[in-house]
Amino acid sequence: MSLSLQDVERIAQLARIRVTESEAAGYRDQLNGIFGLIAEMQAVDTAGVEPMSHAQDLAQRLRPDTVTEPDRRSAFQAVAPQVEDGLYLVPKVIE
Amino acid sequence: MNTIQSLSQLLAAGQASSVELCQDYLARIQTRNPELNAFITVDPERTLAEARAADARRAAGQAGMLTGVPIAHKDIFCAEGWLTTCGSKMLSNFVSPYDAHVIEQFKAAGMPCLGKTNMDEFAMGSSNETSFYGPVKNPWDTSRVPGGSSGGSAACVAGGLAPAATGTDTGGSIRQPAALTGITGLKPTYGVVSRYGMIAFASSLDQGGPMARTAEDCALLLNVMAGFDPRDSTSLERAKEDYTRELTPTPGARPLAGLKIGLPREFFAEGMSADTARAVEDAIAQLKGLGAETVEVGLPNSRLSVAAYYVLAPAEASSNLSRFDGVRYGYRTPEYEDLTDMYEKTRAEGFGAEVKRRIMIGTYVLSHGYYDAYYIQAQRLRRLIADDFTEAFKSCDVILGPTAPSTAFKLGEKADDPVQMYLSDIYTIAVNLAGLPGMSLPCGFDGQGLPIGMQLIGNYFSEAKMLGVAHQYQLATDWHQHRPALSEEKGVRS
Repeated sequence: MSLSLQDVERIAQLARIRVTESEAAGYRDQLNGIFGLIAEMQAVDTAGVEPMSHAQDLAQRLRPDTVTEPDRRSAFQAVAPQVEDGLYLVPKVIE
Repeated sequence: MNTIQSLSQLLAAGQASSVELCQDYLARIQTRNPELNAFITVDPERTLAEARAADARRAAGQAGMLTGVPIAHKDIFCAEGWLTTCGSKMLSNFVSPYDAHVIEQFKAAGMPCLGKTNMDEFAMGSSNETSFYGPVKNPWDTSRVPGGSSGGSAACVAGGLAPAATGTDTGGSIRQPAALTGITGLKPTYGVVSRYGMIAFASSLDQGGPMARTAEDCALLLNVMAGFDPRDSTSLERAKEDYTRELTPTPGARPLAGLKIGLPREFFAEGMSADTARAVEDAIAQLKGLGAETVEVGLPNSRLSVAAYYVLAPAEASSNLSRFDGVRYGYRTPEYEDLTDMYEKTRAEGFGAEVKRRIMIGTYVLSHGYYDAYYIQAQRLRRLIADDFTEAFKSCDVILGPTAPSTAFKLGEKADDPVQMYLSDIYTIAVNLAGLPGMSLPCGFDGQGLPIGMQLIGNYFSEAKMLGVAHQYQLATDWHQHRPALSEEKGVRS
């Protein structure tokens, strides 16, 4: 397979990363190089092999439904780009 | 040679205080770090406050074995009050409001933090050249890379700027830099060390571990780091282990008698440099001299590990790194029109090129129409790779091979060629995919005087056994005691 410039733009948009027209060709070539490395796995017959998502076959633990976290809002918001009255500020989304 | 073990003895004997040890290391950091660039953040006031507290604890008779011994932490571990950047512009203003579990454990042991070490951005790299804070230099030859992603931790230990450091390993990021800088590093079994507060790259592969000069030090440090933590859903509920329990030499001249070492034929077939092949062969002969037997094993699917890894790790990274959007913490672009514009510019400006490449690969392999062909296929290969190890461990106790195909390469040599860079981890990645423990220890030098590392791979939860084997090797050899010329430690009390 080979990615086109349109593919790169589509991927960048899905990933929410602004890619300029001048950068797109560079990314296309680099990503195609990496997909060249990945391609060898396509030839392997894996019929009947159970996908392995994780190294440990763990069941998710459950805990009692009680409050475990203290209120640390001011400490956490101290590292935020923009806050007001305990709220995170972002550009207006709803007109 | 200053080890964690020897420094703890100095402290216990009252021959040095923690404040004195920290002052010596801070002075060395001040002198050497401008050249090595191993640290992103040093905060002497904070370090010395922790050292004074450790000395007070010792005076009160409440010191543990490692209380007062300083350590450096990879800048991927959140440490309250410390700038925690993960090597990225995206977190260049992030002063962590909380401690990672690993940091909590070292604080509880009373080990002062010497600083936060440089690393490849978000741990994505094998040379430390992707850091927003500039590349780290290898103390053995400052025109060469220290490996990555835990390159700052490796360089500061090799260069004598810290007696030990923490690292993390997703595809080889503890073992490969340990090999390239001539130190000892261990990636534990997945789930042994909590990932809480360790900034996530690929969550099913990431694992923290110790980097030090000896296997004995790694065992002492793993005793501190390991343990169940309910805040990490993959932390394993296991009884506390003493990882030093197999360090005691067994009586007799053949301390490794009965040990079966598996040699994977695929690791010795091709790709290794001649110097690396010779050093690993010499190490095998040495281990046989100590009583070990060798047996050939096969890991036929390990050749597919790099391909599978570069689907799975970017897929997980693209999801994990979606949290960096300029809203709750970290960098935000100064100018934007609407929310989407803010996200896209923040991420374009905050992430470096390698991180963006991996996010894009991950986004693509998870996208509609490609999920089965890439992501599920890679997960099936992961199963085949893990099954190879299960089969191999039926006939051996540990597996031995090279850690990296070559010694430290030149700065810039592979920086513009992602595929060549990825192949640096060809011997280490399969271990992460399977979730097994692996370690690297020094076993020789190449013709240019650069250190060579060998890799030991153990079965699940066999860290103590691996450390015991490595310890016997280090009792019989002195490769781990060689230091680069610039790291003589005249300042440090010893």
